[in-house]
Amino acid sequence: MTLKVERLVVEHGAIRALDGISFEVDAGSLAAVIGSNGAGKTTLLRTISGLKDAKLGKIFWKDREITGMKPEDLVRRGLAHVSEGKSVIPELTVRENLSLGGIWRNNKSELEESIGEVINLFPRLGERMDQRADTLSGGERQMLAIGRALASKPELLLLDEPSLGLAPLVVEQIFETISQLCRQQGITIILVEQNAMGALAIADTGIIINLGVIVAQGDAGSLVADPALKSAYLGY
Amino acid sequence: MQQLINTLLIGVSIGSIYALMALALVLVWRSTRVVNFAQAGQAILSTYIAWEVVNRSGSFLMAFILAVAIGGLIGGLVESGLMRVLLKHANEGPVAAVAPVIATLGLLAVIRAVVGLIWTNEGKRFESPVSTAGFVIGDATLPFSRLNLLIIVTAAVVMIIFSIIFQKTNLGLALRAAAYNPEIARLSGVRVATTRTIGWIFAGAAGAVAGILVSPNDSLTPNSLDTLLVFGFVAAVIGGLESLIGAVVGGLVLGVGLSFVLIYLGTSLIFPTTFVVLVLILLLKPAGLFGAKGARSA
Repeated sequence: MTLKVERLVVEHGAIRALDGISFEVDAGSLAAVIGSNGAGKTTLLRTISGLKDAKLGKIFWKDREITGMKPEDLVRRGLAHVSEGKSVIPELTVRENLSLGGIWRNNKSELEESIGEVINLFPRLGERMDQRADTLSGGERQMLAIGRALASKPELLLLDEPSLGLAPLVVEQIFETISQLCRQQGITIILVEQNAMGALAIADTGIIINLGVIVAQGDAGSLVADPALKSAYLGY
Repeated sequence: MQQLINTLLIGVSIGSIYALMALALVLVWRSTRVVNFAQAGQAILSTYIAWEVVNRSGSFLMAFILAVAIGGLIGGLVESGLMRVLLKHANEGPVAAVAPVIATLGLLAVIRAVVGLIWTNEGKRFESPVSTAGFVIGDATLPFSRLNLLIIVTAAVVMIIFSIIFQKTNLGLALRAAAYNPEIARLSGVRVATTRTIGWIFAGAAGAVAGILVSPNDSLTPNSLDTLLVFGFVAAVIGGLESLIGAVVGGLVLGVGLSFVLIYLGTSLIFPTTFVVLVLILLLKPAGLFGAKGARSA
């Protein structure tokens, strides 16, 4: 088991955002976390990556407890988080954003190698290396955000709504790349999405969250096939 | 024509010092969002140390290097020993904005008092390491001296060093990323708390250079850098408070502008002009010349 979350409780002031969530994600698999706005999906990712403190519960990563660890230390343990809203630094160039992803390793040749791999995956970024990130289109920015995370050579990738605000064709490309990262490179991925159909179509497992609790989890195909879940949570 | 060139050169010389002080203020603002009034205090302490070393050793270079290093150390200590603790406890509501500013004002008073206790409030003469007599071209003696040239060259070297650090090194990238977006920086593995301390160390060193450059041939007192702090702030605001290039341009624009006011209009108009420039910038371009979109220049 790669990632294990046990009875996780997270609060925003008086509001309980996550109320005793437990799940496991296998190594090299893709788990989709589905839910409406305010369900607690973003909070879940932010707690796993150390940006938010848990009130109760534990998180294990490769059999070691990581609850309460800082994001900057978790990156060094192979965890990368692409937060909501195309998480790039607009004032920096594409190259600088990618370099930032691998900055903690402090090894120039390794960094160049991982940037090369990102460019192979997203050739359009290679054509815009010296452009500021705020000159990129929405889709390119999302590619850059994922590219920044990949430059850290992660084993676990947390993706928060990568399809948000993108054109359908671009969403398709992004989902295809995410699937490729899991299948070909063996990266364990937790994909948080409101686009339930798109996410579950590429995922191995699905976790459906509503108001801070898990209402269903299991094989992605069986979740999609469940008519009750379909009408109540999957929005189609 | 000759007077015009002289005025320009003197303006660049004094503007370089304003630029260094502005740089110090911008570095602190970018790393911790604190307006650091204590910068004048930190710089005066470093300058007195330089004065002491010059008097004891006779070596300006040694005094300069030591005082700049100590200036950086003071900056680091102020951040890690005072500001970090303060920002941790006063991090919400109106107090979060006011407490650090009040703390830096208090620290300025404390440092001045300590400097006064050690070296007295009596003015000290800081000997210039080079001639302050103007260059002679033909029959004419220019107001522009070797000291002015030394100021420009030193400030330029400091700015080039900062530019290389910020644009070409991982440390610079980490400092910029942490300033623009601490969350993404942390998610990328940058230790943001450490970069904040480094920002204050650089600021302390830049402020010390400004203090040492402005003091030769002048009377050194615990309050003698207050004016420089004011001009540094105005230069930083002109540049947009966020941009290091902006701070340098702001300092040079202010220095050259005030040099023209001084030569062509008189000393009494220096402060009113500075105030008018500040108000105009705040009214017409509140983000400064390099604010908002231009803030990339780091």
